[in-house]
Amino acid sequence: MSRFSSLLVLVVVAVLAGWGRPEFSDAERQTIASLALSRLPPLKPDTTNRFADVPAAAALGSTLFFDTGMSGDGTVSCSTCHKIDRQFQDDLPQAIGVGRTNRRTMPLAGVAHDPWFFWDGRRDSLWAQALTPLENPLEQAGNRAAFAHYIKARFGERYERIFGPLSDLSSVPANASPLGTDAEKAAWNAMPASQAEEVNRVFANIGKAIAAFERSIAPPQTRFDRFAIDVAAGAEPKGDAAFSPEEILGLKLFIGKANCVTCHNGPRFTDGSFHNTGVPPVAGLPPDRGRVDAVRQVEADPFNCFGAFRDGDASACRELRFMVKAGPELVRAYKTPSLRGAATRPPYMHAGQFSSLDEVVAHYSKAPASVEGTSEIHPLQLSDRERAALVAFLKTLAE
Amino acid sequence: MASLWRYLLGGLGLAALLAGVLAVVYLTAPHAPQPSSDVGRSKTTANKLFVATFEPEKGVIRQGELESWLLTLNTVHGAPVEGAAITISGGMPQHKHGLPTSPQATDYLGAGRYRIDGVKFTMSGWWQLHFAISAAAGSDTVVFNVVL
Ligand SMILES: [Cu+2]
Repeated sequence: MSRFSSLLVLVVVAVLAGWGRPEFSDAERQTIASLALSRLPPLKPDTTNRFADVPAAAALGSTLFFDTGMSGDGTVSCSTCHKIDRQFQDDLPQAIGVGRTNRRTMPLAGVAHDPWFFWDGRRDSLWAQALTPLENPLEQAGNRAAFAHYIKARFGERYERIFGPLSDLSSVPANASPLGTDAEKAAWNAMPASQAEEVNRVFANIGKAIAAFERSIAPPQTRFDRFAIDVAAGAEPKGDAAFSPEEILGLKLFIGKANCVTCHNGPRFTDGSFHNTGVPPVAGLPPDRGRVDAVRQVEADPFNCFGAFRDGDASACRELRFMVKAGPELVRAYKTPSLRGAATRPPYMHAGQFSSLDEVVAHYSKAPASVEGTSEIHPLQLSDRERAALVAFLKTLAE
Repeated sequence: MASLWRYLLGGLGLAALLAGVLAVVYLTAPHAPQPSSDVGRSKTTANKLFVATFEPEKGVIRQGELESWLLTLNTVHGAPVEGAAITISGGMPQHKHGLPTSPQATDYLGAGRYRIDGVKFTMSGWWQLHFAISAAAGSDTVVFNVVL
């Protein structure tokens, strides 16, 4: 064989072996594999909600989720903001229920994997979370006595088949809640303790049914996942699983120089924790200090894991028990959101501060200081090409 | 042939120069804290009062999971340390943040073994756990490095 033809053979072998496929180091390959949806562990049982995996409870929960009767004025349901055809969010910078809230609606895919709920983690279970908007005057604006009456009148039989007999509520005031208007609070305080307990129990069960339904909302497989499965197996991604050079650059930045994967890790692209990343406040909204105020709220919540309405034993309450309760890092810290599907649901951040992924990536590249507390992120000096590549990669999580 | 040698020598010279420049840059560059090569699970405390061993109760570390670890305390003579008061702090030195949870010593399991529950590592990288230990023999501290 001539020297020239040996060289030709070498080049052909090299092309076949690597040049036609993305080249990742072993470390990169491992990180890519760790992000694949196929790595998402099965949902853990929620022992604090013994109805969590009861199909009839999930069915009732889904009815309640879409029922505008579950609001003070009969016009708002969970699904008003968590829209089923919009990844269970509403495309608005701040959610609008009965009034305008100060926070962006969170999507629900995979939500049951979270240890904490809401942007600031002010609830510690999916069922305790579901109760909160029901009584928030800006969201569903109802009160728990009215909800108990409504459930008995409208879904009494279905409810009793799941949760057992409902007691006689005829002496319960039509409207009463420890969180309501002055009149509702007075009515609540005048109720005998046993009656308040019964109303609270019905109220908690509403949350448990809605949570059972929400547990079924899972993130769908994306182009990234098909790509990642092949990369992890050392195969060449084909067809729509193949990434463009720009998408590969974006992925390499995401798991490398841009440090996105530090917080956006695992198959849900979130560490489930809280970080101050210097996202600016929105003018005109009430002061919002994030996690630092939420720890008090979750501790005070009667429906938290330590409360009387938990099923099972307190061994399920370790997140609450070992919660960080104080410290400068909690100031303006918000939960790392999952990035699955994010590309098709602007605007972004906890109060819809950024209207496009370009703005989000520009923020993380520039890393401005936080108005209060200290931002955990540092300037990246990404080029235009690099920022565009990150956005191109993020789109593969929504295709 | 002579010219080929000259090129080779020139190349070697350039490579040596480059290596020298890189060495100077490396040695004079400000260094971020590095994960200590010390990732041992067993060590003597700072003032040499105790020998401490820190290991995951289930043997493996899973990122993002709330886990319990075991801290075993012996005197330097090998006797188990009982009735110790233990406080835990820590974080990621390179990210300049603390722990995402507040781990606590929850149970004494006998033979100098304490369950440290509520440990969670939410990110990959270098973590440090600082233990302040108070027992009959006195108070001491120890730092364990965990690299994920
Ligand atoms: Cu970190």
